[in-house]
Amino acid sequence: MKFSVMISEGPYTHQASDTAYNFTKAALEDGHECFRIFFYHDGVNNGTRLASPPQDDRNIINRWSALAKEYALDLVLCVAAAQRRGIADADEAKRNGKNADNIAPGFRISGLGQLIEAGIQSDRLITFGD
Amino acid sequence: MSQLHTVNKSPLERNTLESAIIHAIKGNALLMIEDGVYGAMQGTHKSAMVSDAMDNISFYVMGPDLKARGIDEARIIEGIKIVDYSGFVALVAEHDVTQSWL
Amino acid sequence: MPETKKFLYVNRKAPYGTIYALEALEVVLIGAAFEQDVSLAFLDDGVYQITKGQDTKGIGMKNFSPTYKALGDYDVNKIYVEQESLDARGLTLDDLLPLTWEDEDDDWAEKDSIKVISAAEMAKIMEQSDVVFSF
Repeated sequence: MKFSVMISEGPYTHQASDTAYNFTKAALEDGHECFRIFFYHDGVNNGTRLASPPQDDRNIINRWSALAKEYALDLVLCVAAAQRRGIADADEAKRNGKNADNIAPGFRISGLGQLIEAGIQSDRLITFGD
Repeated sequence: MSQLHTVNKSPLERNTLESAIIHAIKGNALLMIEDGVYGAMQGTHKSAMVSDAMDNISFYVMGPDLKARGIDEARIIEGIKIVDYSGFVALVAEHDVTQSWL
Repeated sequence: MPETKKFLYVNRKAPYGTIYALEALEVVLIGAAFEQDVSLAFLDDGVYQITKGQDTKGIGMKNFSPTYKALGDYDVNKIYVEQESLDARGLTLDDLLPLTWEDEDDDWAEKDSIKVISAAEMAKIMEQSDVVFSF
């Protein structure tokens, strides 16, 4: 079955990203397909490579990047939400006159249409938030 | 058509468990995750709300979230089934649509 | 492309205190271009999103409530508001923005987009949806 996931909260403050990760990993291991993971609201903060959590804690961002690499996941940060919260890839940084980008490996920035498309193309869409 | 409802907050903090129960149709499933698992405990001011809804709704609770919070399975309201993440995935797959009560 | 799906946007949060209402509205506006069968649900504190008389000058935030009035122009005209949620908050239909749309099949007659429904009816609408966006 083809799943998509929307994540509405950033890492660490809320459990949403952890639960979404555990859910997605289980779905993939059970042989399901994941069409897209869409990060919205503060969820876009899951896509910064500048996070440096303590060594003895899980690294939520790296964990997503690794899962994306293993399963060729499509991790999409909403562009409007990302602009508000200071998450940028090289193109976005240039377009908005910023001197740096901070997007983590495996993530990409795109429009809200990607969320709608996920709803259309997937058999199931589930939201994790607060 | 059948629907899965997920609830991720304690019923003593938010009204999401109550809203989910009100909007669940006979035959729907409700899964408590994250802080929502406190809603599965016996002896709270909200336990009766869950017990009373069991004729219509199948209740599930996330085992890993219970364990993390030190909630012994013996304290769970009878009839609530404990699932893991794979069980969560199966519930989403079995139901046509999932509403997350955030 | 797959057939048209029934999309339901579930709004349960009040505006301004958190960004969910505003960013949910942004999804609805973008989603309108995809020609799906779209419905909006306002229940619990979500009914506060579409109340009249919002004036945000004093808090330095943008008042986005006028945008709901444009939904009709985007062919988003199935707006369900839950009676029990209004009752619990001491609100009536008169407290809500007059959301309307123009029916091109009926000589562009102006029609109400808002339907006030019971929680039981809301439950059916949720269950009969293909995709639920939860905000």
